[in-house]
Amino acid sequence: MTDASAPARRAAARPDTLRLLLNNTLATAGLAIFALIVLIALAAPLLSLPDPDATAPVDRLLRPLADGHLLGTDALGRDILSRLIWGTRVSLLVGISATLIAAFFGSLIGLVAGYAGGRVDTLLMRGIDMVMAFPYILLALAIVAALGPGLLNALYAIAVVNIPFFARNIRGIALGLSRREFVDAARLSGKSNAQILFLEVLPNVLPVIIITMSTTIGWMILETAGLSFLGLGAQPPQADLGSMLGEGRKILFTAPHVSIIPGLMIFALVMSINLLGDGVRDVLDPRLKSGALTRPVARTAVAKGNMPDDVAPRRDAILDVRDLKTEFRFGGEVFKAVGGVDLHVGRGECLGIVGESGSGKSVSAMSIMGLVPTPPGRIAGGIALLDGENLFTATDERIRQLRGSAVSHVFQDPLSTLHPLFTVGAQLIEAIQAHRPLTKAQARAKAADLLKLVRIPNPAERLKSYPHELSGGMRQRICIAMALANDTKVIIADEPTTALDVTVQAQVLALLDALRREKNTGVLFITHDFGVVSAICDRVAVMYAGKFVETGTTEDVLKAPAHPYTAKLIDCVPVLGQPERRLDAIEGRPPVVNNLPDGCAFAPRCPRAKDDCSEAPIPLTELGENRTVRCLHPLSAEAANG
Amino acid sequence: MSAYIAKRLLAAIPVLFGLTVIVFLIMAMIPGDPATAILGSYATPENVARLNRQLGLDKTLVEQYVIWLGNMLQGDFGRSYTLNRPVIDEVMERFSATLVLAGTSLLLCSVFGLIAGVVSAVRQFSFTDKIITFVVLIGISVPSFWLGLLLILVFAVNLRWFPASGMFAIYGGGDLPDLLYHLALPAVTLAVVATGVIARLTRTAMLEVLRQDFIRTARAKGVTENAVIYRHAFKAALVTVIPVIGIQAGFVLGGAVYIETVFQWPGIGSMLVKAISTRDLLLVQGGVLVVAAAYVLFNLAADVVQTLLDPRLR
Ligand code: SF4
Repeated sequence: MTDASAPARRAAARPDTLRLLLNNTLATAGLAIFALIVLIALAAPLLSLPDPDATAPVDRLLRPLADGHLLGTDALGRDILSRLIWGTRVSLLVGISATLIAAFFGSLIGLVAGYAGGRVDTLLMRGIDMVMAFPYILLALAIVAALGPGLLNALYAIAVVNIPFFARNIRGIALGLSRREFVDAARLSGKSNAQILFLEVLPNVLPVIIITMSTTIGWMILETAGLSFLGLGAQPPQADLGSMLGEGRKILFTAPHVSIIPGLMIFALVMSINLLGDGVRDVLDPRLKSGALTRPVARTAVAKGNMPDDVAPRRDAILDVRDLKTEFRFGGEVFKAVGGVDLHVGRGECLGIVGESGSGKSVSAMSIMGLVPTPPGRIAGGIALLDGENLFTATDERIRQLRGSAVSHVFQDPLSTLHPLFTVGAQLIEAIQAHRPLTKAQARAKAADLLKLVRIPNPAERLKSYPHELSGGMRQRICIAMALANDTKVIIADEPTTALDVTVQAQVLALLDALRREKNTGVLFITHDFGVVSAICDRVAVMYAGKFVETGTTEDVLKAPAHPYTAKLIDCVPVLGQPERRLDAIEGRPPVVNNLPDGCAFAPRCPRAKDDCSEAPIPLTELGENRTVRCLHPLSAEAANG
Repeated sequence: MSAYIAKRLLAAIPVLFGLTVIVFLIMAMIPGDPATAILGSYATPENVARLNRQLGLDKTLVEQYVIWLGNMLQGDFGRSYTLNRPVIDEVMERFSATLVLAGTSLLLCSVFGLIAGVVSAVRQFSFTDKIITFVVLIGISVPSFWLGLLLILVFAVNLRWFPASGMFAIYGGGDLPDLLYHLALPAVTLAVVATGVIARLTRTAMLEVLRQDFIRTARAKGVTENAVIYRHAFKAALVTVIPVIGIQAGFVLGGAVYIETVFQWPGIGSMLVKAISTRDLLLVQGGVLVVAAAYVLFNLAADVVQTLLDPRLR
């Protein structure tokens, strides 16, 4: 899905941080509740509350809403509302202080370890690992045990046990930063290590420190309250929320409100912080930004309507696609990755689609069997006929049956496309059993035959291998074997040799070519490389900005490219011995497909561009039999016309 | 595989030593005269003198540590002055109760956390997903000791479904149904936070895995969507979730301190709290060491399970 990643990144470009945070309703609610609690706690001295420690035995254990005591009184007749607000002050103060202490020492350790690297790093991190080997709360207990119960000691204990979280997170980032150029530059300019650390590295790790703080502060408030609850933190007459809860527990059965109220406050406080923290993390951590983690459904969504249904299939075609349109939606923007493509593949025929990445060639191919991820992808129009059967209106179950049997796929990087946790045998057997009622033993025998078919020696042994134990070429042979598991009619191969090195590439191509002739299988072959096209494709379609710009037999197109873009692509064919000389040889980049110009999309990069090129949409014109081009001033116009 | 387990076991040894060093150092932080601190202010002078000798306080810190560790390796954790019995006996007895509670909770949080996470991921953005996400958020924000009190009020006091405290009925109890009956409330309370954490992580892990190329391959093979999710995606997600379950073992073991206090479960957590307030430091030290060692072993087990699942780690 490399084709969609560029627009995705653009669409996610960061607007104002605070606005993003406020866009998240839950985070806003968290912020509001937290702010409210903090404000009330801060304003405690101004609120003319009764003295939180004034006992009044006559008024003991009043229920909430009693006269003069909104939340009632506790076992000593003290006003719970007043104690609650003052207790919240203490809990907040302790929680925030613990967070700051942990953040300070943890970040310092992390910065030094990450920046210094080497032995200092090892030593510090070993220590941190040791501390982390303890169950969190237990270590805090041991520290409190040694120092003696008390609020300050509880604060230290909670701060200490949280240091490792900061140290670990910050070290990782600092380690990465210390290898960056700007640090080297600072070093060369004669800055001291301390200067570099605090002036260059620190500002860059600040977001991570803030994220870690926002995710741990709730915990720290909770844990200090917990220690107080156990009687190990705040000691009477001092009270925080935890110790109020702990005292109330003794009279839980007779006066539950005394313990429920402070508990509710801790809960509200921690919950609001967690809501806010999630929001902060979403905003500051680009990996988790909204939309980054959407789950693609089993099949690409197909827009209702605007589908032609009275199309007469081409007689010679096994796969016949008309006017295919596929788009991606990010936020409000629509990216027209495929803007109306016609293609057909006959039995035993190989059609190549060539183009740069981002041209829409993979999306076109993946649309056919509904393998474009939705969200954000959607098939917006067109029709795809497999042996006359409409694929876009077929049921999900029908599509599942066709996938891997009538139409199979071979993808680019065989390491990431095979499941890392299953043996290749298990994966092959699964592919076979998905479509045939075979026993495990029969399927295994069939799988071994398939491996033999793709010329893998020692098949029975190989079946027991995991993908990571095989070479790249071997893995791709496995993928081809999988594609051939069920008498497929069409293989859709998406850059199947791109991840392989040149000699292996040639072997795999030869294998694929031989097998499709042997089995009379149609192949839709996606590549960016005309060298590969010439090795296997009968016909070729060149794609640019979501549309075909030239089609024809491989021979004709290679001999006399008509479209300037085709000519450039052919020029880019890697010469043996210089594999790097690839597409970067075309200057400029393909356009982003959310806002295409009316005229020729290639005009900005085209050496032959004239004024009329940008005026109106350029139609695909026939150049001869089986030959079309989308260009007003084609290269071989003279030749083709004459 | 067994070679791998042996290797991991060996690697755990330095960690265990590290634990003893940290505990030793924390105990060395005790202000004032350690013998008095350990034995309490009412200790007889003979006892103080004997402990001082036993602790080897005339020696260097390193020598003290070696002696201390040597005693410990022989199972001599000292005597609890409040209980007047060997620390190791008390700790082991208490620890088995904690293990029952924490083990049950760990099981509950793994099962429910995984189920909630998978359902949430599979129905991403649905109403179910939103409900689960919100409940999970409540779960990880709620103070477990407070939740325990609420559950006691509702299920023990009002509904009378479960007992409010203890591990067995005082009269006529002691069998498995009785244990489960007493276990229900504390085990659920203890599991809540960890369930939330595991559910969250499972959801993220599933969403990440479902975007992987090998999931597209599985779909391209024509495997049913159920197999895609529960065989292909879940197994891969489990590899990331297992270590987190190992870490949650630490939170469950630690959280047991609160829950055992709330439900008066006769485990190591409630023992520790009492020992800290009575300054029975040898008991604290023994308890902390045993629980920490158990945690190391839990993590080791999680490592091994992860390796069993993922051939790339072997
Ligand atoms: S139409 Fe014009 S700009 Fe476009 S490729 Fe042809 S000559 Fe170039």
